[in-house]
Amino acid sequence: MSEMTETTLLSVHDLSIDFFRSGAKLHALRHVDLEVRPGRIVGIVGESGCGKSTLASSLIGLLAGNAEIVSGSIEFEGQDLARLSTRQMRAVRGRRISMVFQDPMTALNPVVTIGRQMIDIQYREKRSSAEKRRIAAEMLRTVGIPDAESRLSAYPHQFSGGMRQRICIGMALLMEPALLIADEPTTALDATLEVQVIKLLKELQQQFGCAIVFVSHHLGTVAELCDEVVVMYAGEVVERGAVRDIFRKPSHPYTQALLECDPARIKTPTRELPTIPGTLPDLAHPPKGCIFRERCPKAFARCEVEAPADYAAEGAEHRARCHLLDGKARGTA
Amino acid sequence: MSPLLDVSNMRVRYRTAGRLASVVKRMDDPFIDAVCDVSFSLEAGQTLGLVGESGSGKSTIARALLGLKDIAEGSVRFDGRDLRSLDARSFNAVRRDMAMMWQDPVGSLSPRLTIKSLVTEPFRIHGREGRDLDEEAARLLTMVGLAPDFGARYPHQLSGGQARRVGVARALALDPKLVVADEPTAGLDVSVQAEVLNLLSDLQKRLGIAILVITHNLNVVRHITDRMAIMYLGRFVEQGPTQAIFDQPRHPYTEALLSANPEPDPDAAKARVELSGEVPSLRDRPRGCEFHTRCPHARDLCRTVAPTVTKDAAAHTFTCHFPLLPPQPSPR
Amino acid sequence: MSLAPTTSSSPKSGRPSSWRSGWRRLAADRLGFFGFVLVALFIVAAILAPWIAPYSPTQIMVGPRLAPPSWEHWLGTDQIGRDLLSRVLLGGRVALTVAFATIAAALTIGFALGLAAGFGPAWLDNILVLLFDAVRSFPTIVFGLAVVTLLGPGLSTVVLVVSVTSIPIYARIVRTQTQALRHADYVDAERAMGAGIFRILFVHILPNVVGPLVVLASMDVPLVIATEAGLSFLGLGVRPPMASWGTILNDGYTFIRNSPWPVIAGSIPIVLVTLGFTFFGEALRDIFDPRLRRDV
Repeated sequence: MSEMTETTLLSVHDLSIDFFRSGAKLHALRHVDLEVRPGRIVGIVGESGCGKSTLASSLIGLLAGNAEIVSGSIEFEGQDLARLSTRQMRAVRGRRISMVFQDPMTALNPVVTIGRQMIDIQYREKRSSAEKRRIAAEMLRTVGIPDAESRLSAYPHQFSGGMRQRICIGMALLMEPALLIADEPTTALDATLEVQVIKLLKELQQQFGCAIVFVSHHLGTVAELCDEVVVMYAGEVVERGAVRDIFRKPSHPYTQALLECDPARIKTPTRELPTIPGTLPDLAHPPKGCIFRERCPKAFARCEVEAPADYAAEGAEHRARCHLLDGKARGTA
Repeated sequence: MSPLLDVSNMRVRYRTAGRLASVVKRMDDPFIDAVCDVSFSLEAGQTLGLVGESGSGKSTIARALLGLKDIAEGSVRFDGRDLRSLDARSFNAVRRDMAMMWQDPVGSLSPRLTIKSLVTEPFRIHGREGRDLDEEAARLLTMVGLAPDFGARYPHQLSGGQARRVGVARALALDPKLVVADEPTAGLDVSVQAEVLNLLSDLQKRLGIAILVITHNLNVVRHITDRMAIMYLGRFVEQGPTQAIFDQPRHPYTEALLSANPEPDPDAAKARVELSGEVPSLRDRPRGCEFHTRCPHARDLCRTVAPTVTKDAAAHTFTCHFPLLPPQPSPR
Repeated sequence: MSLAPTTSSSPKSGRPSSWRSGWRRLAADRLGFFGFVLVALFIVAAILAPWIAPYSPTQIMVGPRLAPPSWEHWLGTDQIGRDLLSRVLLGGRVALTVAFATIAAALTIGFALGLAAGFGPAWLDNILVLLFDAVRSFPTIVFGLAVVTLLGPGLSTVVLVVSVTSIPIYARIVRTQTQALRHADYVDAERAMGAGIFRILFVHILPNVVGPLVVLASMDVPLVIATEAGLSFLGLGVRPPMASWGTILNDGYTFIRNSPWPVIAGSIPIVLVTLGFTFFGEALRDIFDPRLRRDV
């Protein structure tokens, strides 16, 4: 652990989270490991129900009321976020870790001006309000809002969706956090605005030097923005590694299937697109063995009885939970 | 033979102020044009894709075709009949041949009815003609790959993909000639998205229906359409065979849209055409070429004179003063 | 692959079991169940009143005047020696009749007007809303006084006054709900399929509006009963010698210095029924509204 904390900003270890729903316990996250180094952009990809948003919310202490952290730790700047009190978490939230949400329409208070909201979130700083206002205007300029000074007195509805998401990103960066969590920040935007926001995030990351955890179901944006990628399926991290390793040498059959059925990859028109047959397992009773085995074309006897360890795959720090890797590279986690 | 659907110079307008308010405020024109001068045709068994960003007017075209929104100008011929001249009763008869798949698959299903009642609703509306509704429900559900016992469920008990399939079943209940599919893959994961697209293609092959797909997802368009049209501010800026447009877009907006499609490859050629700014308001359309405020190639002419429609070979049309040239080092 | 049938496995909560699960939820909600028991007792007592009442409610001098509770007269007697328990039981009949008649009338008319306002053209909506507001702006008692001068006091006057004043409450709720659903995707989908206006209103909109309305109606019952008691207390409602909780209170009030028992006898059922319907209504609301539904 000690050699990790020097190079690691955020280290999630063996995190498991349960949800209580309809009297049943859903094991929404199971033994999740995640590492984010300072200044890196880490993408979390997976389909709906894979737990990527739950993971993102747990990092900033915004889990739903019926969720419970069963085991594991979230080490961030020398503290275990999983064990902080609400009060202690509030001191971290917004200042050291901040978040951008999917829907820029509802993330801003509709009856308060942008300027007021941007000044209010500096409440911990000992600055004059003129100074706070100047900083707010500067941030608006940074995220590409034209005529920033006068737009401070505008209300959220006076901005378009793309502009609003830019404002949300600006507000998240206002306190210069060490870690920015972006939960599907481009999903609600049109294609041309989506690429603008991706580009903006990349530029801002270089300017502010913060690390970004970027949650998305869109493989294209992840490939374009991220340095490292974590692939999740049904509450488990099935594969993680550098972005090129994940997209070039996907080592888990789920990652391979996911990449294969993305129609953006298939250049020649076809009317028979590949799919992943089957459905997600029941998270109230996750099956024994490998979580993907029921849908996996390569499953064999061992997958039914033994949950695969975090095997090393081809490439530096490329790991995948698949028994097929056991023979190839002898190392285990 | 004339095409199944032939739309020419369609214009759809929305009122921006009430009748009284527009008199009081002396507004000469209390309307905005959501769809402007749009012409296209669709043959039986073919698929046309309408592509554009939110607010481009693509869903308004669907609503106008289905009679949910009045058409202000232009003509719409469907299956040999002029839809604008029909009274309400005859229009209802046309509705048998024209079905819609809605963008929100769960929200477009009446929440208190069972799936069985929902897929057989078209028969209840248009007359069951001696059909056994239980059998019909089973037939339709099987056709879209759902087990017949799904009929007993309620919409909120379905997943997004299952609700999509119910939407397809219901659209196909009366053997329509045209299906209008509004964002058929919205909110679906890639693996499920492929299932729905395959299902649509398969049913089209078997039943020979024409499909009008409305989407912002270029990957959908590339794989399931024969022709595509790109919309900007309620107008078509380019229209033509899908493959030809993907190979060489002629309008700068099309080019930008095609390149704004991040590929799942970290080293994909990033020859992206960046658009600056945002889509202007329909209330305040730019003068000249309406795209000039965002166009990377705009010149003085574009700011003053609106371009006319140019027709290329193979029914490929575009509206631009300075179209991108065909023999060009391909950006992709 | 695309046509591989997806099998249906165990629907989560289907309609057939919804009555049973609603009942289970009610049984689990203690206050709600208590309310339900009170309501059931009230209805049974009101229906069986003529058979279970120990004396005739109007017969004078079955006992001493203004007697405190005793074995012969459980709730005592009033100023002319009538048995209060019998009068309370028979008064419950009046309360039940008024409550159900007015709420049935207000619901039906409110429903029709609300649907018309919510689904009809804008001018109709404007007129109806103006009408609702006009009726609501009258205090019930003042309106009651006006109607009584025209028609004279009596049970039917009470029913008329209370239903007219509660119509706008129901109509407004139906209107708001209908307007919200009018442009719902599924209503557009029905229109695009060619469904007629009545089909849309009665098959697709009405079932989604009924739930909250039933809840409101059940919570309205105590209000209606109290209004009836109030009007009768003022002498505008049920006429003597007929018993109603209001008239019992009214009679008792005059003699409160001699004996508190008639006032106590008249107010206990009002309090119990109000509590019962309120708890029951709140439980119903929780059961009907999926967002408030606590899974049991």
